[in-house]
This record gives sequence, structure tokens and C-alpha cells, in this order.
Amino acid sequence: MAWLDTIVQGILLGGLYALFATGLSLTFGVMRLVNLAHGDFSILAAFIAVVAVQTLGLNPLLALALVVPVMAAVGYGLQRLVLNRLLGRGILPAVLVTFGLSIVIQNGLLEAFSADSRRLNPGGIETASLPLGGGLAVGWFPLLTFAVAVLLLVGLQILIGRSAVGRAFRATSDDGGTAALMGIDNDRLYALAMALSLAVVAIAGIFLGIRTTFTFSSGPDRLLFAFEAVIIGGLGSLWGTLVGGVILGVAQTTGARVSPGWGVLTGHLVFLAVLLLRPSGLFAKSRRVD
Amino acid sequence: MTLLRVRELSAFYGDFQALFGISLDVAEGETVAVIGANGAGKTTFLRALAGALPVPESAVAFDGRPVGGRPSPALVDLGLVLVPEGRKIFPSLSVRENLLVGAYRARPGPWTIERVYRLFPILGERREQPGTNLSGGEQQMLAIGRGLMANPRLLLVDEISLGLAPLVVKNLYRALEAVKAEGTTLLVVEQDVSQVLAVAQRVYCFRKGAVALEGAPARLTRERISAAYFGT
Repeated sequence: MAWLDTIVQGILLGGLYALFATGLSLTFGVMRLVNLAHGDFSILAAFIAVVAVQTLGLNPLLALALVVPVMAAVGYGLQRLVLNRLLGRGILPAVLVTFGLSIVIQNGLLEAFSADSRRLNPGGIETASLPLGGGLAVGWFPLLTFAVAVLLLVGLQILIGRSAVGRAFRATSDDGGTAALMGIDNDRLYALAMALSLAVVAIAGIFLGIRTTFTFSSGPDRLLFAFEAVIIGGLGSLWGTLVGGVILGVAQTTGARVSPGWGVLTGHLVFLAVLLLRPSGLFAKSRRVD
Repeated sequence: MTLLRVRELSAFYGDFQALFGISLDVAEGETVAVIGANGAGKTTFLRALAGALPVPESAVAFDGRPVGGRPSPALVDLGLVLVPEGRKIFPSLSVRENLLVGAYRARPGPWTIERVYRLFPILGERREQPGTNLSGGEQQMLAIGRGLMANPRLLLVDEISLGLAPLVVKNLYRALEAVKAEGTTLLVVEQDVSQVLAVAQRVYCFRKGAVALEGAPARLTRERISAAYFGT
């Protein structure tokens, strides 16, 4: 029973990892941009939520309604003003600039909020649990996190699969030059993708802040887990991202069950095993690139 | 009425000059062909018109407005659309989705997805398949259909016959006649001269990035065309 409990906790943790990974997968998929500041943006969102909670007295879950649009706007502006200038010159310029951005965000947060660890308090839901019988119980909050992750992925799947913007995302990802000839403004589309990416990672950051404590320097770990989830699942597959998150989550909780220090390490080992056995991930879409 | 007016257009790839002072006119409703050997600058010319290459503003006028150097989406809004060389079908998109991308910022006009399916029934039959599963000729139909979905006033078509069997090329040119009948103006680039001379009212022959010969096909002898084409 204890093992079953561990696995269920791991699956639900995977929902949180999928939230971190989705935006990363999206920006890489649409414009081959690796955003090394992705994790730091989630922590930035969590700190904005801290401010909203303190100044407006909002519940952190309600603060989502404020922080998500703010982060989407940050993403749109960042892409239009900075990142669009770096595309089309290989992967390195964007990697360097977002690495620098990561350092700027961390030090900005340190300056503004000190090195103290913080936590967002939604008022009880984070400790409430749902008994499943037989001594098994799952927390309402991890359950909520997982449900939000699934709903978001369904929503994104519909957006990308069925809408005009989604078709434009895929067409631009295939061949940006030809997409422009068809009237698709690549720069604007990339800005939309980054807005979506940061909106989703803002949710992830606030959920993280409710689940556990965070500091100005919590971002890079989140980025690492997000990368691992994306690569385990396979690039370009949204459901693969969820499965990747779940595999990583289960590996971590199982490892931690054996010995508390082994959780993160086990996650890395499983990631390396997948990388060795299936380098393109479990659900990679094989895509022709002409 | 002149729909497209090009004056002294030069274009460069970095330091390499590909076009040397091209002047060309296309009247509304007309079909004009640009022919020339490989490397004569035909594709560069179309790409410069479609906003894929930097050119001076005054070099290109569309419907009386100077539009040189405008980005492609702005030109699509005005009704100037390119069907690119090599078809460039989006591999992640189905046949239907490829057509819908063409309508991303469509102007009002006669071309709808149903109308394109009537012009090219095979596209309707295979609408849910990935666009790149089609044969070369069918992909060319898809590329033309995708361009038509924008309801262009002027459709630029680059090298329809590239790598296709003569019978397939013949069918594609028959379809172009139907496009013409809708009132769409056409500027067609070809290496294969025989087909295009039958549909074009006027022809320009490019050599080494400049116009070597211009006129109505009926008035040009084979000898003059071949002299301009090969530079003999």
C-alpha cells in the first residue's frame, strides 16, 4: 500500500512537471528557441503572486487571474523586443541571451525579495486530502494540479490541432519562410508562442509556490526537470510531455521512498536511461524536414 | 490598367548582384510569362516581388502604389501572392490544412476551399492526408490551390513544371486557364518554354539577371526566343 501511495504521489507530481515542461516544448517546437530562463520566469511569477497576495490580500489561486496575463504580456514583449532578433542565426545566440536573462532575473529577485524562502498560502487546500480507503489518501492540491495540467494540455491540443493560429504555429515550425509568403507574420506568431509559454509557466510557478517553499534561485532546478520531462516524452508531443512528467515524478518519489536523498538522483538516472535507450524520447513525432 | 509595374529593379544576395535593372508590366487580367535558363534570375525576381528579398520601394508598384520591400504578409493583404518554387508544402499539415493556411489572411473573392476542390478534385479526395504524401503533380496543385485561397489579384507562379511529367504539366496549365477565367492576373515563371507560350499574352525572356527579349508570343519567332534564351 505504501508503494502504491508513492506511485500515486509521483503521478500527481508529474502533473506539475508537465506544467513546467509544456511552455518549453512549445517554444522549442514553434521556433527552435531554447529558453534557459524558463524556470526563472516561473519563480518570477510566484514572486509576483507573493506581492499580489501581500498588497491586495488575494488568495494565491485567485492571483492566477492577475499573474497569468502579466506573464503572457512579459513573454510577448520579450519576444518582440529581444528574442526575435536572435532567431535564424542558429541556436546559440538565444541560448546565451536567455542564460543571461536567467542570471538577471535571479539577481533582481534577490535584490527585491532577499534570499528568504517564501511560500504561497491558499488557505487550507494544500493540506486537505481525499481518503481513497485502505489507508490511501491523495491531496486535493496535487489532484487539482494534475487536473489543471491535463485540461491545459487538452486545450493546447485543440488550439494547435484545430485553430487557424495552431495551423500557423505548425506551418511556421515547418518552414517559416514559406509561411511568411502565405501571409503569416512570423515575428508576431513567435511572440504569441512565448506569451502562451510564459502564461503556462506562470501557473506552474504559483502551483509550485503553494506546494513547497521557493527562493530567488529555485528556477534552474525547475528548468532541469522541465527539460527532462520534455526529453523523456519526446519533443513535439504534448501528451508525451505529460507522460515524461509523470515518469520523472514517479522516479523521484520512488527514489525518495527508498532513501530520502535519492529522489532527484533517481529522476536523473531514469532520464539518462531514456536518453540512452530512446534518444528521441518515448513519443517523439517523426517529422520530415525538407 | 497596369496592375504590376516594375522599374529598374536590381536585387542582391549579399555582395552578389542577381538582377540588373529589370522593368516589366503586367496589366489586370493578363497572363505574363517570364522564361529563361537556369540562373537567369527568374526565381529571384519573383521572390523580390513577393517581399522575400530587400528591394527599393519605388522599384515595384502594385495597383499604382509603391510596395517594393514591404514584408510578404502586407503584400498578401494587397493581393500579391507567390506560389514558391519547389512547392514547399508544409509536411506537418494535411492537404486541407495546407489550403487553409493559404487563407490565413484571405481577401474576399471567388476562391474558397470548395472551389479549389472543384478545380483539383484529387485534393478533395485526399484532404485528410499529409500534404507531402501527394505525388509531385498533386503537390503542385496543392501549392497553386494554397496560393488561390488568399484570393490574389496577382498570382506569381514559380516553375510549375519543375520535375513533372509532360502530361501532368499539361493538366496544370489547363487548371491555370480556369484560374485566369476567374479574372486572376498571372505572372508565370518557366524554364520549359512550350507550355507557357501557349497561355501567355506576353513573354519576357531573362538572361543573366536582365530582360533580353520581350513581346507577344505570336510575334516572336523561335529563333529570336532561342537567341535571347541562350545568348547566341
